[in-house]
Amino acid sequence: MPQSLSEPVVSTPARPAVRVNDFAFKLANVNGTGSASANGLLMQAIFRMGIPVSGKNLFPSNIQGLPTWYEIRVNKDGHTARALDYDLMVAMNGQTYGRDIYEVREGGYLLYDSTWPLDPALRRDDITTLGVPLAQMCNQHFREPRERILMKNIAYAGSLVALLNVDMDIVETLLDEKFAGKKALRESNRRALRLGLDYAKEHFEPLPFRLERMDANRDKILIDGNTATALGCVYAGCTVAAWYPITPSTSVMDAFKDFCEKYRRDPETGRNNYAIIQAEDELAAIGMVIGASWAGARAFTSTAGPGISLMNELLGLAYYTEIPAVVMDIQRVGPSTGMPTRTQQGDLFECAYASHGDTKHILLFPANPHECFEFAVKAFDLAERFQTPVFMMSDLDIGMNDWVVPRLTWDDSYRPDRGRVLSLEEIQQLSHFQRYNNEDENFVAARTLPGVDPKAAYFTRGSGHAKTGAYTEIPDEYQEVVDRLARKHKAAAQFVPAPVITPSPQSPAAIGLITLGGCDQAVREAAALLPEYGVFADVLRVRGFPFDPSVEAFIAEHEVSFVIEQNRDGQLRSLLILETGAPKEKLRPLLIYGGFPLSARHVIEGITSQLGENILAFHH
Amino acid sequence: MPSITKPVAVHPSLRRNEVGLTVRDYEGSMSTLCAGCGHDSITAALIRAIWELAIPPHMIAKISGIGCSSKTPTYFVSGGHGFNAAHGRMPPIATGANAANRELTYIGISGDGDSLSIGLGHLCHAIRRNVRILYVIENNGVYGLTKGQFSASADVGSKSKRKEPNHMAPIDPVALGLSLGATFIARSFSGDKDQLVPILKAGMKHSGFALVDVLSPCVTFNDHEGSTKSYLHVRQQARAATETDFVEPTSEILASIGTNGAVHVTMHDGSIVAFKGVPPDYDPRDRERVYAYLHEHQAKGEIVTGLLYIDETAADLHDLSQTPDEALIKLPFEKLCPGSAKLEELQEDFR
Repeated sequence: MPQSLSEPVVSTPARPAVRVNDFAFKLANVNGTGSASANGLLMQAIFRMGIPVSGKNLFPSNIQGLPTWYEIRVNKDGHTARALDYDLMVAMNGQTYGRDIYEVREGGYLLYDSTWPLDPALRRDDITTLGVPLAQMCNQHFREPRERILMKNIAYAGSLVALLNVDMDIVETLLDEKFAGKKALRESNRRALRLGLDYAKEHFEPLPFRLERMDANRDKILIDGNTATALGCVYAGCTVAAWYPITPSTSVMDAFKDFCEKYRRDPETGRNNYAIIQAEDELAAIGMVIGASWAGARAFTSTAGPGISLMNELLGLAYYTEIPAVVMDIQRVGPSTGMPTRTQQGDLFECAYASHGDTKHILLFPANPHECFEFAVKAFDLAERFQTPVFMMSDLDIGMNDWVVPRLTWDDSYRPDRGRVLSLEEIQQLSHFQRYNNEDENFVAARTLPGVDPKAAYFTRGSGHAKTGAYTEIPDEYQEVVDRLARKHKAAAQFVPAPVITPSPQSPAAIGLITLGGCDQAVREAAALLPEYGVFADVLRVRGFPFDPSVEAFIAEHEVSFVIEQNRDGQLRSLLILETGAPKEKLRPLLIYGGFPLSARHVIEGITSQLGENILAFHH
Repeated sequence: MPSITKPVAVHPSLRRNEVGLTVRDYEGSMSTLCAGCGHDSITAALIRAIWELAIPPHMIAKISGIGCSSKTPTYFVSGGHGFNAAHGRMPPIATGANAANRELTYIGISGDGDSLSIGLGHLCHAIRRNVRILYVIENNGVYGLTKGQFSASADVGSKSKRKEPNHMAPIDPVALGLSLGATFIARSFSGDKDQLVPILKAGMKHSGFALVDVLSPCVTFNDHEGSTKSYLHVRQQARAATETDFVEPTSEILASIGTNGAVHVTMHDGSIVAFKGVPPDYDPRDRERVYAYLHEHQAKGEIVTGLLYIDETAADLHDLSQTPDEALIKLPFEKLCPGSAKLEELQEDFR
């Protein structure tokens, strides 16, 4: 039986001091019920309030019915890595009550739909329960069944607006923007929002944690990594994109298409100054990228681990024939199909040495959408400079979640680094052309494009070739070419983005933390908190492979370094052992790989438990 | 392996084409295939066809997969870029190259292993996209480089060199092309240069995917008694359904076309494919009739040859992508990069 509207369920009214702009809450929903727009609305409103915020969408590989969560963390100091303790849980999914209730911290709050009595699974004595009759209110105010379900989400958002002190003017503006031209929808959303808001205002005291306006986001944007990656491809001058749909990379190509339609359609002719081809599989997608790059275009594909597995064959071809190719790998949980909607950093081995025979590739590791934009551009420059495949290793967390990052900037004097491509004039001055001869200081030989001059024609072959480009089966001729390829790869270390080092207050510390990609925020937060546990640690974030020499120096300078990454086998650690002179005893794995983004607590617990009684031994 | 070089002497009496080149200027390096290989005859026909069309060599892009057939792009037009890719992957490589630079004439050389087994999916999708390319399948029914295994085009009952019969139904590229909506479908025989050259020329002028299945006997592994891909068998069973001429746009012959009810098809650039002889009730523009004709004659064990189907009206990859007439690679960076002001502006959507 639905409870009466006049009987809110409120218990344990404890009143600790108010915490401002430093808390986390979690929304547990059923996939496909429209919760994403309500949750996104809250996140965006907090962003516009100028408060550092993050939103993590933990969603299932499913269209409708399975559990999905959204976590929002606000932190005035800018620590917005994933939180593991929640001050408030919005429990909208009966399937997961039992789990969700135990994620609320002691003394925290639970908001639930009090249309029905409190489920026994949701009972906990050490938290406060806030019942809002969401379904009942929405059933009274909305007629269509689908609308009743959708509006429940907006209604709980309304309650949160009241409970957390979200700026209502900002929320109204966001709704105006979102439903511009859709008057009826705008009105439904406004009504639903007010239902939740008014109910909460009438029945509950404000919570002991709340939002206050700040000014931390003036030069920030709220953007996901896949959108930023696509924008980088547009700005880099990429004209050919080939892909096969795969989670979590699909939105890269969706965004690329949207941006191209906006910025690449010739205003006079209406023609598209780009071509996007949805391939039959990933083998074809990378083949198209290689073909287009061979012909002289900037081309890329976006994919995930399973796609890279299929691309291995042609990645070796591009490596050996020295053809540029840009691959955006939005990593997800493997092996095999794995968990397509969960995040991991498990493709390092697969990409670093993709394909059979001796192969080595250039990898870039962005930590956030801002770097996705910058590194996407960089990937094209490096691929053409070094005439080889370049992988940008994003992941689901970076790619599909909205991040607050500094505004993107662009230098209008930028011109693509096309590397060594001979012009018609240069070709005409040659007596003859040999594809893999006359390398430069980075061990790169000049290439020519088809359609320029018959003198510059050559035969691209994945079979054994001498530096002339001719077929060979002679050991010395073969080795001369592959040895140069190894030197070329090594030379790229100077060109990939240098590591970012964050020294501890007691730098140089005895302990180093080495990490990459989306672990960045959690690791830096942990490093800031570790002194409370008596541990001081310098942080180095790797941003490219082959490794910059400073990575090896960092390992040498620290007694022990924890290599913090999101995979089971310590792939970055193994790469460091293989590709630097670092002794493996100095590198300790700290691995979190269950599929959710890293939290500072993971890092702190991992380090303190490994050091145990030895913590003091690392004091200077 | 020693490199084999070819003498470069050119006889002064050799005719020159419109771009001033002799047929020898369209040759490549010396073939390393077996003496008598059908593929070498196809290479010769290609050289003749490209020379007759007077395409500047550097405007040719030759792309292949892996296998005996895929070696042949080294044997013609040494002045054009070539790309010997990976087994079965020629269609995607060619598709990407074509997307980037539509101004080149693309020649894809493949075999039955390359196109009908490992790369079958890619072939199908290149056909569906109607990528503009002359796509030659040098079809001999066996894997030569790995010494004589049956390929997917081997006919039921055809015997291997070890006298073992094939029991699995063949994949027929012509029937496949018809079912997938290919816009240019031909079958010929490596030993019939008169038929092959005009087909290859028309294929290079076709405004889409030109599928040319050329039966090309393997003298080493599939030319014995009991093989349905032997010289003898193909010669005995071949039935020319159509006889075609390829006519340049400026040629005087134009005037004589269209008499005696023959079909002629105008190509994209104004050149004409004239069907000098077609069976009564056969129209190479009518997919259903072509299908019925092939079905009827193949049931009798005949190998139907000729330019069998053509559709010059279908949209190609670039029409579908609405790309400019000039190659994408020619677009200046200024046209591609929206610049800092736009970046500033568009980020208002991310606030």
